[in-house]
Amino acid sequence: MATDVAIAAPVPVRRVARRPRPTPLEYGRKRWLQGVVALNFIFLYFPIVSLIAFSFNDSKRNVTWQGFTLKYYDQAFHNSGLQEAFLRSIGIALTSTVLSTVIGSLLGLAIYRYRFPLKGAFEGLIYLPIVIPEICMAMAMRSYFGQFGIPLGFLTITISHIAFSFPFVAVVVRSRMSGFDESLEEASRDLGASPAQTFFNVTLPYMTPGIIAGALLAFTLSLDDYVITAFTSGPGSTTFPVKIYSMVRQSVTPEVNAASTVLIVLTLTVTVVAMWIQSRSGNKSIAS
Amino acid sequence: MRDWRKEKVSFAVFGLPGTFWIFAFFTFPLVLIWIYSFCTSDELGQVVWEPFWSNLSLDAYSRALEWINLGIIWKSVWSGAVATVICLVMGFPLAMAIAFAPARWKNPLLLLVVLPFWTNLLIRTYAWIAILRTRGFVNIFLEWIYDQISGVLSAIGISDLPPFQPLELLYNQPAVIVGLVYVNLPFLVLPLYATLEKFDKSYLEASLDLGAGQWRTFFSVLVPLALPGIVSGAVLTFILAIGTYLVPDVLGGTNSLMIGTLIARQFMEARNPPFGAALSFLLMYTTFALLWIRASLAAQSKGVDF
Repeated sequence: MATDVAIAAPVPVRRVARRPRPTPLEYGRKRWLQGVVALNFIFLYFPIVSLIAFSFNDSKRNVTWQGFTLKYYDQAFHNSGLQEAFLRSIGIALTSTVLSTVIGSLLGLAIYRYRFPLKGAFEGLIYLPIVIPEICMAMAMRSYFGQFGIPLGFLTITISHIAFSFPFVAVVVRSRMSGFDESLEEASRDLGASPAQTFFNVTLPYMTPGIIAGALLAFTLSLDDYVITAFTSGPGSTTFPVKIYSMVRQSVTPEVNAASTVLIVLTLTVTVVAMWIQSRSGNKSIAS
Repeated sequence: MRDWRKEKVSFAVFGLPGTFWIFAFFTFPLVLIWIYSFCTSDELGQVVWEPFWSNLSLDAYSRALEWINLGIIWKSVWSGAVATVICLVMGFPLAMAIAFAPARWKNPLLLLVVLPFWTNLLIRTYAWIAILRTRGFVNIFLEWIYDQISGVLSAIGISDLPPFQPLELLYNQPAVIVGLVYVNLPFLVLPLYATLEKFDKSYLEASLDLGAGQWRTFFSVLVPLALPGIVSGAVLTFILAIGTYLVPDVLGGTNSLMIGTLIARQFMEARNPPFGAALSFLLMYTTFALLWIRASLAAQSKGVDF
């Protein structure tokens, strides 16, 4: 209250002199709107920022700040269950990324390049894994593996991850190809290159930024997934997010916060690199 | 674009791996649980295959119409709708501020909106436990205010207040709604921003020039013209909210089941895969119907000359 009174008299006069009043359409300079925007960002960031901050807090009970420490990172690092789950997650993510990138890039190219019967329906089918509720896909995959007696583990998790990742790669690669000038391929053929030479020396280099962005997307999707992984993994095959979930179920400790912070930093880094590659290649379409 | 018949070999090499994967490891599992949804299961939760044809029935679907299950479905729809409305109320001013901000501010602000949604969904959800639990940030803050008031009251000589009772904020439906709003807010802000960004600002200038106030301009010009975009964003948020599994699982209590948790329960503890499969398909049909509405709205908004 006191500050309000102090500002009320002299300041507005000076502000008018320095900066013109907002024009009617400059909503971004309206005070109340700036307040609402600030509240929105506090709402969006407070949970994550407090979670990260309290992973450095020197107190078992996560309520008040007691001082900076890295001991919970040390604890998380020496937790053999977490360590094992982390390595398994990385292994699954790498396998899934390689296969989804190959399958998805080829498919994206096929959809871009060819006219074929029922193409609209096929494209709809490719979008299905992106749009259906995760729990429905999780249950379908679990029942499928159960029905055919395939034991739940590394294999079933990886198969499911590829199934929901490669459509994203196909979409990203396809949108990259929409800017491709096909006369480049014709020129290459005219100058005597074989179809294979044309593909590897003309088409593929143009596709590459899309392929890399798609691969990084597939990597983060696989690394981050909880719901589908939880229902396609067996007792001995917990991944990092599944392990975090089971720790959260017991209690939210600074150690869980530390493990989560590691995962956040890892995925954010990969995503930022993907964004950077996409914007550098002059293609602004972010799959969302 | 080329005809596939002219380059059959490359078409097959490019298209077949993806086609194989989508059919073998996505379509086929879905078809399997679609068949489940017409079957019955034994007490171990195994689907009964023999005799196949005479066992087919719509029992699983009719179970979804039982009162207890209708109640859960209604709760999901209601929670999804409330979360969507809250997202709209919070997200619209945000989208507007970004759309009308100076050009150099737009991209950083948009990045700030999408950044949280690149962090893990599970982590984002469980972060709310630390905020809402009995010894969480909200209760500590409330207790602090309460203690101040109590201190002032006892200083004036009024009898002491009873000790602070922390509010039960976690493991109930409001906690689930907070989680749904938190997880889905960026999904609403982005389409709203896209709609407002391409909106022709001269309509607003014309309205203001002709003497309408800011509020009248907002409700009589901006909202009606941007309505297809607003509805399309809201529909997307609603779809994502009703199908959520993780949020009610982590933040909800025993009484805050939603469709997602109900589906998972049928396949796991309740040992009734046919019913879970039927619910899955009801949820998917709803999703597709809403997506179709959204697509036709998008087609309609292209018709409006912005």
